[in-house]
Amino acid sequence: MAVQTYRDALRDAMYEEMERDERVFLMGEEVGHYQGAYKVSQGLLERFGERRVVDAPIAEGGFAGVGIGAAMVGLKPIIEFMTWNFSFVAFDQIVSNASKIFQMSGGAIPVPVVFRGPNGAARQVAAQHSHSVDGLYAHFPGLQVVIPSTPADAKGLLKTAIRDEPNPVIFLEGETLYGLKGEVGGADDLIPFGKARIGREGSDVTVIAWGRCYYEALSAAEAVAERGIECEVIDPRTLRPLDIDALVTSVEKTHRCVIVHEHLPYGGVGAEIVDQIQRFAFDALDAPIIRVGSRDLPMPYASNLESLVLPTVERVVEAIEAVTYAES
Amino acid sequence: MVERAQTNAAKRAPARKTSGGSKAAGSARVLGASAGKKSTKGKGDKAQAKAPDAASAKPSDAQRKPKEAAEAKATKRSKGAGEPSAAKRKKATGSRGKLAGRRDELLGYFRKMYEIRRFEEESARGYAQGKIGGFLHLYIGQEAVGVGISAALEQEDYLFQSYRDHGVALARGMSANAAMAELYGKDTGCSRGLGGSMHFFDVANNFLGGYGIVGGQIPLAAGTAFKSKYTQDGRVTVCLFGDGATNIAGFHEALSLAGLWKLPVIFVCENNEYSMGTPMHRTSPVKDIADKGPGYGMEGVICEGHDVLQVKACMAEVVERARTGGGPTLVEMKTYRFRGHSISDPAKYRTDEEVKTRKAQDPLVVCRKHLAAAGVSDEELAAIEEEIEAVVQAAVAFAEDSEPAKVEVMENAVYAPLEA
Repeated sequence: MAVQTYRDALRDAMYEEMERDERVFLMGEEVGHYQGAYKVSQGLLERFGERRVVDAPIAEGGFAGVGIGAAMVGLKPIIEFMTWNFSFVAFDQIVSNASKIFQMSGGAIPVPVVFRGPNGAARQVAAQHSHSVDGLYAHFPGLQVVIPSTPADAKGLLKTAIRDEPNPVIFLEGETLYGLKGEVGGADDLIPFGKARIGREGSDVTVIAWGRCYYEALSAAEAVAERGIECEVIDPRTLRPLDIDALVTSVEKTHRCVIVHEHLPYGGVGAEIVDQIQRFAFDALDAPIIRVGSRDLPMPYASNLESLVLPTVERVVEAIEAVTYAES
Repeated sequence: MVERAQTNAAKRAPARKTSGGSKAAGSARVLGASAGKKSTKGKGDKAQAKAPDAASAKPSDAQRKPKEAAEAKATKRSKGAGEPSAAKRKKATGSRGKLAGRRDELLGYFRKMYEIRRFEEESARGYAQGKIGGFLHLYIGQEAVGVGISAALEQEDYLFQSYRDHGVALARGMSANAAMAELYGKDTGCSRGLGGSMHFFDVANNFLGGYGIVGGQIPLAAGTAFKSKYTQDGRVTVCLFGDGATNIAGFHEALSLAGLWKLPVIFVCENNEYSMGTPMHRTSPVKDIADKGPGYGMEGVICEGHDVLQVKACMAEVVERARTGGGPTLVEMKTYRFRGHSISDPAKYRTDEEVKTRKAQDPLVVCRKHLAAAGVSDEELAAIEEEIEAVVQAAVAFAEDSEPAKVEVMENAVYAPLEA
């Protein structure tokens, strides 16, 4: 297997799918001549030209709608948001149109559009540029929400989103993961939605984590392993559809569960998973499930404060200790 | 013919100011007709005022005078070059011979407009009876816009509408059965009972939906037009919205993108003068919506939306331009709704006098005048009305008798299935 950065894995997924299917095009701010604000679309303009790699003005609501409209009549658009923070001005298009047109048309008009871009906090970009939107978009039936943590998942899941998925996909990349290297699959290695991946096996605590937080979970698992606590770290990879069976199976084995996510703690996917696990695995639980998310605050600028708001390895370790009733 | 109007008021004056090629704001082109305002402000109005119920109004003798009829062929004439005088326009209008040649066409328009009128009246009745729920926005008074637009389109062209969508869907070819059944929340409805009044869809006729968030459909129309340019499929997209929608971001962003990329799309503002209960002078900084077009690199044109022939002629011209690579146009249809914003709106914000005046230009009455000029008798029209009555009553019966919306359809219409 080839080793690539997360960024290049995404680019290759788009490149390969655009090679394969003329209906696929990429549209967004700075995706063409600038080569992508985060260089994810590097080289695509040179290969596919301005017809298929379309620089859009700063009009997210407008070009998100263009993507939805084009998808309604047979194209397969990839709409890049420079960051998902800017998707809020396109929220109506995504929620009122993309997620509902198939339903409102009585099942007549599928909308195979992919919205993608970096999600979550970077470093000290403050309140308006640090949103983790997974909890928000996962709220809506009609959307598929994908949040890969590894280069392999990034490539395989993006290819599935573009090639096979007939529904709108919210594809959430990690702003701090673009430089991460790892092995990736080939041109036809697609990863299906709704299949969790076990990143580390263990028998004592199930730690469910996705996106950037997957790495906090792995680090925390290593830390507590030195004290004999073996964590099973599971990345659901897609939040809609959610592989609840895999999560429940793991909890039935470990009897304890910690959920780690970057999005805000009020409601959200973490809360949803807590609910489902307590319903489907109530008898298996030996401790209350604990969520570790961003603190319930707008993101501050100052570095020392920002690191207090985001989930950290230390906070995950504390949660693992709490569900195992271990001494810290 | 190219006529330019400085303002709404100027536009309503019979002698329109004409000028050269400037597309600056405040000088939107008036397309579609030479059918003098002068004549429609004449005896005809008076006669109609006596019979404001347009659905049953028969044109008076005065209305049937040939000079009252519009000759509405869109004629492209060189801009600024010796515009026709009022006299010349008058001469060009009201030719019984010319309209006689369009007899069948006019009958088709009348038939469809009358169907929409009666459909909407029946839906209001169904609502009052509690058989139809939710919101209900009627198209009564605006029929000529939907029918004239449809007449200018090919079957494969795409059409979007706001939530005031029944009339346009019917004009595009949806059956009254499927439409009424949708209002009744039945499985046989055009959206299988999932959409309701605001979300009619008819893929077979390329009617791509009614949308409930003001202006939300406008970027989608840029999207289908983007596809047409991308695949060179030769289709155009028409997107309708109200005057209120021209204040929301979706309108501006979509026009900006469409103008930038020269997309084959016509943005049609149905200016019925009220954004729900607020008159346009309190919502818009410009008097003519068409003036918003040039800022996005497209021409804004004004059309009298009460006259199906003018609508058709206006649309034919701008559709042709879009189809042949000339890019988008913003068309402002001057129209009026005779009912409230929605069924629950008693429309207290306008005077009876105003409504009465506007009913003199009821699209059905105007069409009847054309028909009279074309030599169609009242008896022929009465026979059509009878036929349509049967169609609408059958639609109500169909809706009543249809199976309720189905749980399994609801549960399976969230995600499209993977293709095999």
